[in-house]
Amino acid sequence: MMTRNIHPLLIAGTALVFMFLVGPLIIVLGAALSDTTYLTFPPQGLSLRWFENIFAIDAFRRTILTSLQIALLSTTIALIIGIPAAYALNRHRIQLPGWLSTLFILPVLVPELVLGFSLLKNVAVQLNSPIYLSLLFGHALIVLPYVVRVISASLASFDFSIEEAAISLGSPPLKTFFTVLLPNVRSGVIAAFILAFITSINDVSISIFLTGPGLSTLPIQLLAHMEQFFDPTVASVSVLLMILTVAVMAVVERTLGLTFLAK
Amino acid sequence: MKRFAGWTLASPATLLVVVFLVLPVLATIVTTFTTPGGPFATYAAFFGSGFRRAVLFRTIQVSLAVTVIALVIGFLTAYVVSRAPGWLKSILIIAAVFPLLTGVVVRSFAWLIILGKNGILNSTLINLGLIAEPFQMLYTQGAVIVAMVYLFVPLMILTLVGVLESIPDDLIQASSSLGAKPSATFMQVTLPLAVPGLIVGAVLVFTGSFTSYATPQLLGGEQVMMMGTLMYQQAMVTFDWVAASTIAAVMVVITIAIVAAMNAMARRLNPMTA
Repeated sequence: MMTRNIHPLLIAGTALVFMFLVGPLIIVLGAALSDTTYLTFPPQGLSLRWFENIFAIDAFRRTILTSLQIALLSTTIALIIGIPAAYALNRHRIQLPGWLSTLFILPVLVPELVLGFSLLKNVAVQLNSPIYLSLLFGHALIVLPYVVRVISASLASFDFSIEEAAISLGSPPLKTFFTVLLPNVRSGVIAAFILAFITSINDVSISIFLTGPGLSTLPIQLLAHMEQFFDPTVASVSVLLMILTVAVMAVVERTLGLTFLAK
Repeated sequence: MKRFAGWTLASPATLLVVVFLVLPVLATIVTTFTTPGGPFATYAAFFGSGFRRAVLFRTIQVSLAVTVIALVIGFLTAYVVSRAPGWLKSILIIAAVFPLLTGVVVRSFAWLIILGKNGILNSTLINLGLIAEPFQMLYTQGAVIVAMVYLFVPLMILTLVGVLESIPDDLIQASSSLGAKPSATFMQVTLPLAVPGLIVGAVLVFTGSFTSYATPQLLGGEQVMMMGTLMYQQAMVTFDWVAASTIAAVMVVITIAIVAAMNAMARRLNPMTA
């Protein structure tokens, strides 16, 4: 009913914007399905051979596994340390200094490229530590703000008197955490996990400094592949990533509703 | 006791950020002041080089253009989305979230297919008989700007839909029932109330563009060098880590200055706190 007040030109413009948003991704999908050895759209002859090609290329197989591993591990680390942090920020706010919540969003404020380079220079090289460690902790850092923010948002609507009731009835703190608190913020945990996972899988700016011969992630391998070959393999890997995104969106929609992301 | 509990719970995350972010980034910045040439030698070298000044200037120019275009497109789109009926709103938000969750490489690659020499745009224009020879569209500032606008418009839409929805309907209705035309309501009620959100969106887009790597690398190449691509090149191609650290420090200072300035401006312009 509100739509009546909007100028038709504005509605037409919005339609164009959404074509602009979705169109390029449809083009990638078409290019991935093409039978030709060069990138083209609309596809000429449908084929799935470029999808098979992904797994035939050793580097892609390896980097897909590395990316999944890094995303899973870094997200788990961020959850294990981020959930207590978010809890402390909500429950013990008065006892903690104000700058602490700023510290946890610092990974968003500091340019990722600077963080990646600094980890390479001052941790991997200077301290001679394995580059995998820097890559892993770099990813844990950039996903930490999502975890803290999303869990804080779920905790904001949690009634802490339930928790106090459990404790005063004799439930030990850890048991209270797992049986009272965690089930109440479950959808927040799922959303945080998913946002963090997808952020890690797609990261370029940190990983570009912390990968090299023998250790690479999927987006970095994609960039490298594009510089040498311009074939539909990249398009088909892109489609795989889009399928992952759709799956993730379906889970978010089920747990929280996607409008949650606009808040 | 409670103080202790709070710190115990927050300390692992605090430790991670301090050890793997604060200390390494500070160390990078400190090294730029401890070079043999004196504390400001690397900065003198950076700003003394016409090429590097041009890169800095270009990065600011591109980021500003992207921010302004994304603000205009994003605001008008978010306005329509926030007013759409429920089912349509959900579809539009999904359509904005999907590209946002699709990685930077995939989204930049899409523009590589579109803008390439034998790309879709060129072949379409040739097939239509509008041009005879393919245009050089890749490796131009325009290509980088278009692809970055594509990158950031969804973020802007989502930020602003949230802001516009938080404006109480009562205010809009009060304005129109007092006789204001829809355009007057928009200019005098909706727009001023959206200013803090516009500033947040602008900061996200500007700092995102200013520090980006993949998009200028793929669509701009050597010809459209930006701060991020220059920093990567200095660090990983020429292995001049002092120069790379200097660029890193300049990026950090400009990013933080912009966030701080915009925060101050948001507080000032916010009609709710004025």
